[in-house]
Amino acid sequence: MNASLLLLADSRLPAGGHAHSGGLEPAVAAGAVTDVDELADFLRGRLATAGLVAAALAAAACAALADRTEGGPGWAGLDREADARTPSPAQRRASRAQGRSLLRVARAAWPHSSLDALGSAAPDGPHHPLVLGAAAASAGGGPADAAAIAAYGAVTGPASAAVRLLGLDPLAVNRALAALAPRVDAVAAEAAGCARGPWSGLPAPSAPLLDLHAENHLRSDLRLFES
Amino acid sequence: MGAHHDHDPHRAAPADGRALRLGIGGPVGSGKTALTAALCRVLRDELELAVVTNDIYTTEDADFLRREAVLPDDRIAAVRTGACPHTAIRDDISANLDAVEALEARHGRLDLVIVESGGDNLTALFSRGLADRQVFVLDVAGGDDVPRKGGLGVAAANLLVVNKTDLAPLVGSDLDVMARDAARVRDGRPVAFTSLRERPDAPEVASWLREVMRARRHGHEGVHETATAP
Repeated sequence: MNASLLLLADSRLPAGGHAHSGGLEPAVAAGAVTDVDELADFLRGRLATAGLVAAALAAAACAALADRTEGGPGWAGLDREADARTPSPAQRRASRAQGRSLLRVARAAWPHSSLDALGSAAPDGPHHPLVLGAAAASAGGGPADAAAIAAYGAVTGPASAAVRLLGLDPLAVNRALAALAPRVDAVAAEAAGCARGPWSGLPAPSAPLLDLHAENHLRSDLRLFES
Repeated sequence: MGAHHDHDPHRAAPADGRALRLGIGGPVGSGKTALTAALCRVLRDELELAVVTNDIYTTEDADFLRREAVLPDDRIAAVRTGACPHTAIRDDISANLDAVEALEARHGRLDLVIVESGGDNLTALFSRGLADRQVFVLDVAGGDDVPRKGGLGVAAANLLVVNKTDLAPLVGSDLDVMARDAARVRDGRPVAFTSLRERPDAPEVASWLREVMRARRHGHEGVHETATAP
């Protein structure tokens, strides 16, 4: 992975991620995550569902941009595939909000006409994985890179939120993340393998509890994270 | 932050004439929301105004402003900060930029957008990418040694507000000491002593802000006036 892609994967990238917990905060509120072991379970589940979906969408967006012929990829089609795989309206909004933020920094860091097109294709903001894939392509990466960054972010975001929300030992959390790394690689490889297939065939595992948590989160009085 | 700010990359007076973005920061409970409400009440008939609040836990500040009806509801937006209020105004300003731009898109030409930070510590400083000017609010009850301790907010904000002066005799804070220490760490930048309880319209801050707006309209805004570290 080149240094541009490392920037894209870095949690310090100013793309709004710090205000989202990836469903961890409502899971904590529901009592489902109280310690590092339960966090590891949560992250495994999220990686296998939302993580795989995001990685596959990112890989497909990256491939579409890399293989672009005249006119560029039809972002609207892939945007609909993302919508169809995100049943919770709250999660769709969170994805588009993070997509807008990532697009803002991606256009500043790796200017590319396809990033501009992505911005105008979705007035409420494009889905986050699509921007991630397009940004990875603009930064010189391929679908496997895009998938790896998406799968990695699917677990590191909630893990960081858990350190802040529960006061978990950050060393123990990183031990759990390191133990999860081979699964992250496997999910990224599976996602990258679908990048050039028909978009309708992209993986679509669902996590109904995460969807419900996301909706409940909006009704919560006290919340630190946007999602 | 360093001391070398010869070049300010931020467009201080953009050609598109967008709204001035004013950051209001300071510790929890110092009076940021009360000051925001005061500025809205005093200036809403003179200026096209909108507010973005950054709440740590809830949308309480935005709710307060709506309840007080200092502005129409659709001119107040709330941003959540993921337990990191300083990150949202300094390291990763994207959610705040998003909110500011949404307000600008909704209301057309605005003159002033106030971004109120979530309560934070003394090192909090607004990014130049988010705020053209910034005010840092302290209160006397936090201790009269706070200006001496400095920190980026106290030292570098364009205006330092020391609020709750009415409490000074009750909590044993010496306003003269605060004024002297503030002048020393702020290198001549202005300090306003306020009691929003006694004078809820914050006349000192409002007149400072009017002057900022006037200078901006007349193109006297130098790029070096933005907040700089001492």
